[in-house]
This record gives sequence, C-alpha cells and structure tokens, in this order.
Amino acid sequence: MNEVGREIPRLEVRAKVSGRAEYTHNLRLPGMLYGKIFRSTVSHGRIRSIDTKAASLAGVHLVVTGEDIRKLIPEPYYGPAFHDQPILALDKVRYVGEPVAAVLASDPHVAEQAAQLIAADYEELPAVYDEVAAMQPDTLVHDVLRPAGTFADLKHLKDRKGTNVALDYHLRRGDADKAFANADRVIEHTFKTQQCLHLPFEPHVAIAEPGDGRLTVYTSNQTPSFIRVEIARLFGWPENRVRVKVPYLGGGYGAKVYVKLEALVAALAVLARRPVKIALTMEEQFYMITKHPTTFRIKSGIDKHGRVVARACEVHWNGGAYADIGPRVTQKSGFTAAGPYDIENVSIDSYALYTNRTPAGALRGFGVPQLVWAYESHTDLIARELGIDAVAFRRNNILRDGRPQASGTVLRDAAIGEVLDALASRIGWDAPFDRGSGALRRGRGVAIGFKASISPTTSVAVVNVSADGSIYLYKSTVDMGQGSDTAFAQIVGEVLDVKAEDVRVVAPDTDVTPYDMGTLGSRSLFHMGNAVRLAAEDARAKLRALATEAGLPAGTNYPAAEIFKKRYGMQAGNVIGTASFVPNHTPPDAQTGLSDNVTPFWMVGGAAAEVEVDTETGHVRILRLVNAADCGKPINPAVARTQLSGAAIMQLGFTLSEAMQLDGGQVTNASLADYKIPGIGDIPPMEAAFVAAEQHSGPFGAKGIGETGTFGVSPAIANAIHDAVGVRITELPITAEAVLRALRAKAGRPLEDA
Amino acid sequence: MGTRTINFTLNGEPASTAIEPHRNLVELLARYGLFGARESCGQGLCGCCTVLVDEKAVSGCLYFAVWVDGKSVTTVEHLDADGALSYVQQAFVACGAIQCGFCTPGFVLMTHQLLKHYPDPSDENIRHYLAGNLCRCAAYPEIVEAVKQAAKTAPTRTRQPR
Repeated sequence: MNEVGREIPRLEVRAKVSGRAEYTHNLRLPGMLYGKIFRSTVSHGRIRSIDTKAASLAGVHLVVTGEDIRKLIPEPYYGPAFHDQPILALDKVRYVGEPVAAVLASDPHVAEQAAQLIAADYEELPAVYDEVAAMQPDTLVHDVLRPAGTFADLKHLKDRKGTNVALDYHLRRGDADKAFANADRVIEHTFKTQQCLHLPFEPHVAIAEPGDGRLTVYTSNQTPSFIRVEIARLFGWPENRVRVKVPYLGGGYGAKVYVKLEALVAALAVLARRPVKIALTMEEQFYMITKHPTTFRIKSGIDKHGRVVARACEVHWNGGAYADIGPRVTQKSGFTAAGPYDIENVSIDSYALYTNRTPAGALRGFGVPQLVWAYESHTDLIARELGIDAVAFRRNNILRDGRPQASGTVLRDAAIGEVLDALASRIGWDAPFDRGSGALRRGRGVAIGFKASISPTTSVAVVNVSADGSIYLYKSTVDMGQGSDTAFAQIVGEVLDVKAEDVRVVAPDTDVTPYDMGTLGSRSLFHMGNAVRLAAEDARAKLRALATEAGLPAGTNYPAAEIFKKRYGMQAGNVIGTASFVPNHTPPDAQTGLSDNVTPFWMVGGAAAEVEVDTETGHVRILRLVNAADCGKPINPAVARTQLSGAAIMQLGFTLSEAMQLDGGQVTNASLADYKIPGIGDIPPMEAAFVAAEQHSGPFGAKGIGETGTFGVSPAIANAIHDAVGVRITELPITAEAVLRALRAKAGRPLEDA
Repeated sequence: MGTRTINFTLNGEPASTAIEPHRNLVELLARYGLFGARESCGQGLCGCCTVLVDEKAVSGCLYFAVWVDGKSVTTVEHLDADGALSYVQQAFVACGAIQCGFCTPGFVLMTHQLLKHYPDPSDENIRHYLAGNLCRCAAYPEIVEAVKQAAKTAPTRTRQPR
C-alpha cells in the first residue's frame, strides 16, 4: 500500500465541516460548576487583603483564594522549567491580569458577576517591564527561584536569588575577540521584537472532574502527559490517579503547552467536590501566555573576501512574570542565534529574564522567528554596506551539509542552500522588475532561517490489531489542526498495508494512550512518527509470529483476521505492537555551550518578498510572498503545504500589525477589535516551494514543518522595504506609522511624537 | 431572573423554550446540543458563532436568544441533514480548507450566503464577503479555492442551505 505521500484529506474533516468535531469547549458534565477568575489590577505588589464577602451572591457555590489552595496543596507552584507559578496568587502579584481568586457557580454569568465584586488591596512595588532593564537587580520579580527538574534538557537550571535572570546560555566557538580584531570590517546592529500572542479561537478551556481519590481533566492542551505528571505531583499522587483527556484543539500554536488552567480547575474541583469548568474569554487570553519580546545586539566581523569570520550575539528574552518554557526558548534558540552561516568564531550570550508582564512561552518557532528577524536584517545590511548582492553574500557564507554549526554539531539533511536557491529562482532575483514610480516604490528582499528540534525527548506509540484485522493507533500527540492524526494513520497504513482512512486513531487519554513529551516544536512527525512506524513494525512482526504459532506456513501472506481465527478458533484476540523513540543527544557543555549532537534534525525555511511602499503614508503592500522549506519527504504534501502557508500568514500578522500594547503594565488592546490579526483581505499572493530533500533519520524521510513557514517572513519584508525606499525598520511590527517615521527622519523632516 | 418563552423553528423543526433575556443565541443552541456555532472573540468580529436566522447570517454571540422568537434558525449541523455534505462542505473538504476546524462552520455558512448573492464570485467578492470571518490557522488561500470550487459545483445557482 502506498499510503505515505498520498494527499488524503484530514481524517476528521467531515466532523469539522459539519460542526460536530469534539472540542473541550463543547463539553458539559452533570453537576458541573463554572469558574470565573478575579485578576490582579497591579503589575507588582504584595497582597495585603482579599475581600470576597460581596461575591456571595445567590447561586455562588464557592469563592477560592490562593490561601485556600495552599491548605489543600502545601506547595501550589507549577511550571515546566521552574516551580514559580502559583495556582492563584500567593503573597505577591507579579503582573496585571494574574489570577488572584476564583468564583464557582452553576451559571457562568453569576460567577462572572460575583468575580467582579471581589476587592483586593495591594502594597504596590516598583515594576520592571523591559528585558534589558531587568538585567539589573534593582527590581526583583521573584525572591527565590526553584528549578522544576522535570525535563532532561532543563536539569542544569539552578536555584537563584537576587536576579531576574532565569537562565543564561553562553556559547563560545573559536576566538571571536581575536577574529574581530583581525577583521576587515566590523558591523553591529540592534533589533527588537514586540510582545504578541497566539490567540487560538478556542480560548484556553479545561474541566476537572473529581472522583474517589482521583481526578479526570478534560483540557484543550498540547501536552497531556505532562499535565498528568504535574497534577499528580501537586497532589502528591501516583500518576495513575490523574486521567487527562484531550479531544481536538481549536488551535494551539504553542499557547496550550504545559499547565495553563489545569492546576486551577483540578484544585477547585477537589475543593468543591463537583466538576469545574473554566473557559477563558478572548480578552483573558491576553493574561495567559504570549510571545517573548526580545532585544538582540548582533555584531559581525567580515574579511576582505566578504566572508563573515566572527559573530557576536547578545539576546535578551522578556519572559514576563513566570518562566513557563522561556528557559528552553533561550537555550534552544540561543545556539542558532548566529544564523545558518559557516562562521568560525562565534560568541552567543542569551538571557531569559523575568519582568512584570504576562508570561511568555513558545509561539510557533520557539524563539527562532525573533532571531531570524535580527540576523537576516543584519545580514542584509552587511551586504548593502559591502555593496554585495544580498543573495550572493548569503551563498558565499552559507552553512552546508557536513560542516559544523555554531554549536559544533555537524549539519546533516538540512537543505539551507537549496532553500535559498528556490527563493531566488521563484522571486526571479536576477531578473529586472518594476521598481515603481512617484510615491509608490517597489523593492524585494530575501531571508532564510533554521531551527533545531527539542532534544532529548521521548515518544511512545501503541498499535493494536483487532481480531478482524482492523487497527487502532494509541498516541498522546494532540491534533490541533496540523494533521498529525492523518500523517500517523498514513505511516501505519504504509507499514501494515491498510488504507490510512481505516486506521482508528485514538485521541489522547492518559489512562489509555502512552507517554509523549508534547505536541510542540514541530517534533511530532519526527519523534512520534518514528515511534508509530516502529510500533507498526512490531505489530507486523508479532502478527507473523502468531501465524507461525497458528501453524500457518511461513512466508505466506494470510490476512490478519484469518491468523486470529486459526489461532483462537474464533474472532478473538489482539496483537499489540509498541515502540518508544528517543533520539541520541549530547547536552551542551556548561562552559562553552558546545555539543556534537545538539538536535536530531534541522528545520530549514525562508521567504522572499516583493513589496510596494507608499512614501506618502508609509503603507506597505506585499505584492508577492514566496515561502520555501525543507520538510524532508512529506508524508502528506497537501497538508504540509497548508502548514507552511498558515505559519507564514501568522508571521505576517506579527510582522505588520500585531502588538500587545501596555500602559503602566496594563494591556490596553486586549480584544480582536484592537489587536489586529490577519483576515482574508490581508493575504498577499503567495507561493509555497518544498525543496527536494530527505531526512534520513525521519519516518519515511519526513520531518516537522509546523513552524518553518514563520522563519523568514519578517526580515524578508524589512529587507524589501529597505530595497524599495532606503529606510531600515529595526523593530517589529512594521506599521505604516513606523515606515512613515523612518521615511520622514531620512528626509530630515522627522514626525513629532503624538 | 425571569424567563420568557420563545417559539421558533430550529433546523426545520418547531422548538419552544423558556429563556432569560440576557442569554445569547450560542447559549440557546447549546441547550439543544448544537455546538457548531462557537463563541470565540465575543464581539462579532471572528465569525465562529455564525448562525442563519431567517436565512440571514448573524453573529450568535451578539444576538439575544429571545430575538429568534417567531423566526427560523439554521445551524451548520443542518447542512448535511439528509446524510450528504452540502456542496460547500464538500468543496471545503476537497480543497483542504480546514486546519483546527473551530472557525470552519462559520465560513461554511457564510459561503452559502455568499454564493446566493454572487453565484460566480470574484476574488474581490470573496474577500469582501468573508472579511467578517477570521481563521487563526490562516487557511485563507484554501478557503478562497473552496469558495470558487463550490461556485462551480453548486447544484443550482439559487439553491439555499437547507
């Protein structure tokens, strides 16, 4: 059966077009209470008192504060990197919007009204919002930091006091200082990115159902296995007393990794002894999780042949009030901060910082889009300053297979040069084009980026062949729209010679489906895909053994149903194939940050843009956007293409319009009316190009593609704007106002501040 | 809080219920086990809560439930009442115009109304008409294709959603 490579529709597509797909959003349980959250109005302060008396409305079942939770759970702090986040605020609040109390009622409107009647008194403390300012220990967001010690890649985090730095990662390759001293030219820039958000249309939602010393958690979450571990840890229970069930997700993009509402609903359900559901509103998502703002200082030394011989990178990541997975963003992205170039001497310093903002985590790229924004803007500026064509300059410096990346890991199966070539050829880089006239000026730009996968991580899969030969696949990967269920069914179908549509893919349920580290970082197709393939191969081998046991002649190809009937005398029995997949990994050296095996695979992508700038208004129109990627050999090319274009359009929003605005720590645009995401009218003419490639260690040559489309979009557009009108935007988003300000400044007529 | 009894037609069947005046249409539909209309942005901007009332698309999150008294309500769940997907749904499947699927029912219902007004829609017609439906997964290129394909496969150019 040729299932791999077939462009079948997603398995659940019929349920989705008819509105019947199952989401946590839909779920209601008998006797269920709705929870609403009372949130902090100050950025940083000690809690003096919380007055909940007025909240005792008719219909209110329970009002809960952090102290009530501390009686149930003595150490009610959670987090994947540090146990720093309280289930409800304790002693201090650290950002506007932090949950302080919760109200439970059988009618959500009553709960909401009651939550508005709670009052809290705070002793306000000085706050810090900027990631560079947070390097100084003048204002401390946390008095003490306790590492979680959960994940293998974050075991090195240390107890810290007197600092806002959650993690600092340093890489030293060659001798950067010496190389800068000997360089022909040294060029330095600083770039910044803004705070923006995932905003899945199914806002965070979770339900906890208490049982006899047990809990079932139904949640819209990308990491069911982690939720089970973390809830069990908080209660001091074995894992098997917590069951986590995850249906389809109405979007995730990294917003729904690790604990979000789950610890809160679990504690509330145990206190109330009733099922509890909390569903955030769109506005409340602005107080849950965001994308890191960054400040990136980058310096390059170039020799007289136009080769980059040294690069120094200093990246500050604004992690907000709680670390979430920011330390991994800082480290994993950190070691690629010098870009996909072959540079002998590299120094990287990457800092995860606490500030008094909504926490930041992973958003489609684990920090890589922020890095590519800086290093590809910088690369373009170097080429301009040297008077070298931007594509030729990149080709001269590009990192090729067989050469060591900055970390020391030798590049394998990363088609960086091919992606650059595809972009140049699709956009017609070497051909003349219309540069516009009058107030409307046109330009073009290109950008490429790469990303390492998360490592070391574990995925386990189970393939169950029933007595009639029909097949179940059990895995804890969450399908949030990326099509993982479909891809895994295709892999099973390929191995066991059945149609993918006939494989029953069981939704994550930790009582049933085995461990997976999480659906994040584009890791699923590679890690779980490999586990699924191995589990299917195990089932195939066991079926053959069963045939031998049943006395069927070897080498014959009996249908599974006949093997079972022969062995058990009727339609009975199962064959269970199972496998785990854990790629090899060498942790980065504590001093040098170097590793000879830092990632099991590389994601490679880029963009080329042609833009038109209205010099009278600063408005930028994208005339063409080409996205190119190495996704290995795609399992389902049609689904892979939608991942590439969807990621690129999402990044287009982060490039041109999306920015969370703060006033004294208060978000001032927490709604879709004031925070502009791309609509159908904002989509430029787009093309997708997959380069011919193969990930030899991936399942049937495939690798992850969920984030790759984000990499090049922002710098390609900034580079094209520079090409069109000669101004450089160094901070996202690139609004018309920002472009107009730059144009007026260049013309010597700067706009006054509003 | 007081309730009001409303009588309406829901997906072709008569329906009657007592409901508080502050509840919206999405809450009313949930009582009937209909979850295809979903409250997301809560401001009538994303289109996830699209419902047809007297064959006109409304934002269910901003539309009070009591307003459907005496009216006919059609939800996405009715489009395949005879067991077969509507031609618009089939086009969305064929074009892969779906990722997480949360916004999809709104797009499907709005496309039925779009094709009623523009049997041969231009790209501009499509973009203008669907400006009130957002897709965070950004399946927009595939959605535009699906609308065009649906236009080609419409059983009759005046057919309404059932």
